[in-house]
Amino acid sequence: MNPLVEVRDLRMHFPIRGLDALAARLRGEAPTVVRAVDGVSFDIAAGETLALVGESGCGKSTVARCILRLLSPTSGSIRYDGTDIAALDEQAVKPLRRSIQMVYQDPTASLNPRLSARRTVEEPLLLHTRLGAAERRARVEEVMHEVGLGSDLLDRYPHELSGGQRQRVNIARAIATRPRFVVLDEPTSALDVSLRSRAILLLESLRERYGLAYLFISHDLATVKYLARRVAVMYLGKIVEVAQTRELFAAPRHPYTRALISAIPVPDPDARRDRFVLAGEIPSPTDAPSGCSLRGRCPLAQPVCAEPVPLREVAPGRWIACHLA
Amino acid sequence: MSELLEVTDLTVHFRTEAGEVEAVDHADLEVRKGEVVGLVGESGSGKSVTSFAVLRLIRRPGQVKSGVIRFNGVDLATLSEEQMRRIRGGKIAMISQSPRTALNPVISVGRQIARLFELHDGASAAQARRRTIEMLTLVGIPDPERRAQQYAHQLSGGMCQRVMIAMALATSPELLIADEPTTGLDVSIAARILDLLRDLGERTGTAILLITHDLAVVAEVCDRVAVMHAGQVVESAPVRTLFREPAHPYTQALVKSIPRVDREVAMEPIPGSVPSLLDPPAGCRYAGRCDRVLPICRIERPVPVRITADHSVACHAWSGPREPAR
Repeated sequence: MNPLVEVRDLRMHFPIRGLDALAARLRGEAPTVVRAVDGVSFDIAAGETLALVGESGCGKSTVARCILRLLSPTSGSIRYDGTDIAALDEQAVKPLRRSIQMVYQDPTASLNPRLSARRTVEEPLLLHTRLGAAERRARVEEVMHEVGLGSDLLDRYPHELSGGQRQRVNIARAIATRPRFVVLDEPTSALDVSLRSRAILLLESLRERYGLAYLFISHDLATVKYLARRVAVMYLGKIVEVAQTRELFAAPRHPYTRALISAIPVPDPDARRDRFVLAGEIPSPTDAPSGCSLRGRCPLAQPVCAEPVPLREVAPGRWIACHLA
Repeated sequence: MSELLEVTDLTVHFRTEAGEVEAVDHADLEVRKGEVVGLVGESGSGKSVTSFAVLRLIRRPGQVKSGVIRFNGVDLATLSEEQMRRIRGGKIAMISQSPRTALNPVISVGRQIARLFELHDGASAAQARRRTIEMLTLVGIPDPERRAQQYAHQLSGGMCQRVMIAMALATSPELLIADEPTTGLDVSIAARILDLLRDLGERTGTAILLITHDLAVVAEVCDRVAVMHAGQVVESAPVRTLFREPAHPYTQALVKSIPRVDREVAMEPIPGSVPSLLDPPAGCRYAGRCDRVLPICRIERPVPVRITADHSVACHAWSGPREPAR
């Protein structure tokens, strides 16, 4: 079976502009670029949830923006249902927007304060479908019901809704056009504990009902464990490990994944805490070390780590970019 | 038992155009010398308002309606504004959720810390500079001489939070109020900040009141926990007891609602939502969400009862053992 989404060797480099960059160019130096995404490949099957995890600045949101073509990638391909989106021009991307949608992190900032919930959810139907007024009305009520918002909330404005309700409006807007693929960019991180668990259960039930595929971007690994079938771990613009969720949590193999998982706080005062700690902080993506980009921080680093390290399949479905794993 | 902070029967209201918001309702809270106490609850449960009341920072339209706050046995309400100012940032320090915005952007971080030594201890400029470097070293900032000369925007979020902690500890406070100190930080950075707080508490003997909505953070660092729901403290217990034998239906629901990485269990979201604090329900404010609700719960506010010397619960449905009040 062909995957629904197929990303191959995706690169998104941002040139640094400004006086320093100009001076460097006048001196004849190579222009500095931020390698936000530097050779990322993964697949997502129809109806599957792939989590893309990593810390601030690792490039996970940039990947999402490339897939949605909010950015035009520097190189690489993004095949959606067989079509390479990366190569399409603005006009040709438009029809795809109906089947690829997104839920943003901040439930408040991503809603227009001057549109009611009804208008917000209707907007994608106006833009991407040819439904008539009555059909749109029926669809809006249907999806609002699906996300668990009563019809009494339909005519409310964002400021009249709670944080959890706003995020439900965001989810309703994303599924209104009946997409097959939804990018979730940290959809739960602005929510309270009790709202977070409800949002996770809602997203999971929508996926089951409509066979949605999700790219779930998050740094909250506890949430990832409940929602994703597979996890890809990103560090400094590259994927360092891909595995089935269960396997990844049971036995993380890349040192970065080990550090990440051992840092998650556990709600059990008697839990054993064996932290696997990396030295220092994430370097800037303008001066990532050669070879393995983790080597300056990794307690296991060896001379061989200065060599480039490709992501290789070590067991079926298990990919790791580490010389030592 | 040496009580450092003792909050009894605290009620705080805010007057708004829509009416009176009853943010904190007859809350009790105690922090003993050198211990880490977690104050947990969902947004709007009154955690932060309680901490502002401790610092006597409730300003109009807010109003403290009832309650006594004793710090080292002294009723803080009896102090003059000048005496209170010396306690704030001196004996009681606070770190907040967004460290970058809490730091002054146009003064170097080292200077911001040094000023505290000059103000609170009357240190000379040279002494203050030396102690600033010591503080930055204590909170684990590498290359402290260079970092001291930098500004907030030149430091990462985790570094800024370390600077905030260094500032808070500069005056050797007896109580540190940490309001969501790791929210918004990446997991590995957050873990290091929590390790640092726990470690500093042990080394310096500073008690910590840790405000958070995250039970996992509580399990990581706290000795005791108080759980708040809609302005009411519903349960307080040693951290192990809270996770092993939660007595209040809300605490039980809260423990079951969190996603867990350490075991394979289903998540059960808490039913309903926090009631509006504008004209909140009479009696127990959890009654509308509770699966063990009794008729009396909607009429009378449950008074905390002691299950053991260290564990108390405010619930009409509690039928287990109870100790007579002190």
